[in-house]
Amino acid sequence: METYTFLRAFADSWMLLAMFAFFIGVVVWVLRPGSNATHRDAANIPMRHQDKPAQSEEARP
Amino acid sequence: MLNYLKLIVLGLITLFAMMAASYARDLAYQVHALIVMLVAAGLFLWTLRRTDEPAAGRDLSLEYNDGVIRAGVIATAGWGVVGFLVGVVIAFQLAFPALNFEWAQGYLNFGRLRPLHTSAVIFAFGGNALIATSLYVVQRTSAARLWGGNLAWFVFWGYQLVIVLAATGYILGSTHAKEYAEPEWYVDWWLTIVWVAYLAVFLGTIVKRKEPHIYVANWFFLSFIVTVAMLHVVNNLAIPVSIFGSKSVQVFSGVQDAMVQWWYGHNAVGFFLTAGFLGMMYYFIPKQAERPVFSYKLSIIHFWALIFIYIWAGPHHLHYTALPDWASTLGMVFSIVLWMPSWGGMINGLMTLSGAWDKLRTDPVIRMMVISVGFYGMSTFEGPMMSIKAVNSLSHYTDWTIGHVHSGALGWNGMITFGALYFLVPVLWKRERLYSLSLVSWHFWLATIGIVLYAASMWVTGIMEGLMWREVDANGFLVNSFADTVAAKFPMYVVRGLGGVLFLAGAVIMCYNLWMTVKRAPAKEASLATAVPAE
Repeated sequence: METYTFLRAFADSWMLLAMFAFFIGVVVWVLRPGSNATHRDAANIPMRHQDKPAQSEEARP
Repeated sequence: MLNYLKLIVLGLITLFAMMAASYARDLAYQVHALIVMLVAAGLFLWTLRRTDEPAAGRDLSLEYNDGVIRAGVIATAGWGVVGFLVGVVIAFQLAFPALNFEWAQGYLNFGRLRPLHTSAVIFAFGGNALIATSLYVVQRTSAARLWGGNLAWFVFWGYQLVIVLAATGYILGSTHAKEYAEPEWYVDWWLTIVWVAYLAVFLGTIVKRKEPHIYVANWFFLSFIVTVAMLHVVNNLAIPVSIFGSKSVQVFSGVQDAMVQWWYGHNAVGFFLTAGFLGMMYYFIPKQAERPVFSYKLSIIHFWALIFIYIWAGPHHLHYTALPDWASTLGMVFSIVLWMPSWGGMINGLMTLSGAWDKLRTDPVIRMMVISVGFYGMSTFEGPMMSIKAVNSLSHYTDWTIGHVHSGALGWNGMITFGALYFLVPVLWKRERLYSLSLVSWHFWLATIGIVLYAASMWVTGIMEGLMWREVDANGFLVNSFADTVAAKFPMYVVRGLGGVLFLAGAVIMCYNLWMTVKRAPAKEASLATAVPAE
């Protein structure tokens, strides 16, 4: 099979499936139960460390 | 020791540039060789004066690297005014062709100035805004100083050199003739080096972050940097005719070349003007509103959906061409699917203000950011609609496209950048507040009315033009000649030019306001160089 035909067939079958599965996986992972606290914490990152970098290994003030 | 290596490299570059200027096969290449020679020689002297000097013994890891961001803010505002000014000039050149002066033919006529305008606003104004804000945001959200020491300064100055070479090249006629990728091969190569350094600085900072989580704005910035690198390299695959000339030959040809060009072109919109600026939105709107983003979960889904879908939308630029039908249908379908992540992101940005809508009345900066997200929603509605083949057969090649681009570029990219600059200048120069909020309001209204005039006149003229082109009489003959449509567009061209003047006036007011903020607004601390006490 020539390269183009192979790549074309692969792209619109297994690769498409893999990317779609990855995307669905991301959505499921984001919406997983018990993730609220993590996301609330991440959403507040811009509110910390405005003036200078974190000094110690532990970032939390 | 490193300085000796730098001196050798800079010396060699200077020498080669001298030879190149002498052997140059065309004027643009010669001018560029002279520019490179002057820059390299200047850097040689600058490095020489610093060699073997004792280094200042300050622990820099205790503070952020804000110097390069201050420079980026100045460059953004400066290039912005230049780009808008050239835009106003070419708008009036279209309305009044006499402004293509006879003495400047071949240098300052519409054809030469148009790429100068697009590159100046997208890459000089937008690019500097993206580099400055991304380096600001990645430091704050990683709680770490920029990685790579002065590499960030190399990125900044290297990028300015790209802009200067590109701009002078357009005027002197050195061009790939690829839209938004006009610079010739050596500028492309140099930009690749600068861009890899930019990626290294950004990724290095993320790697040494102190926050366990990578904030969503950094995901958007990172996807912008990585994707632009890929697009730039593939679209600019070209073989130079001579090492002493600016001409090069594209590797792709025919419809493949067209498809690669619009894969690049649309993702320049998708990843440069959308993903990167969404990174700004996800940091500066929460900061200015003083509340976290509406839904962090939605922001993650927004990110993955946007980058998975945008990359396929390019073929909608090639409806009814030699491109196979399945490819343009694919592009159309993905463009329509894009509506979902775009509006998800818009809702996320707008709803960040829920519970704080009163700020819209009191804070013109947040008003600016909110209207930019509004324009984002409007142009990401308009874009998918125009990608539908039936609509595209009317809108393509008309001024509707130009109106669409400008409602996105002036409304979304311009306004969010202005908002970010108004946020950044007091913080970076340690001022308590902006010099004048009423001047911000003036800027807001001038820019908004300017965009409305621009977009509305282009809708009218675009649809009129499309309808005139397809109008046939009872015998099937075309009713209008091309020149008829040009004559009919005159009033709308004047209105569009006036809209541009208003937008430019707003930007000039912004520059004055930012300048006075640095000069006159009350300082937060006595000096910028205040040492940070060790903890």
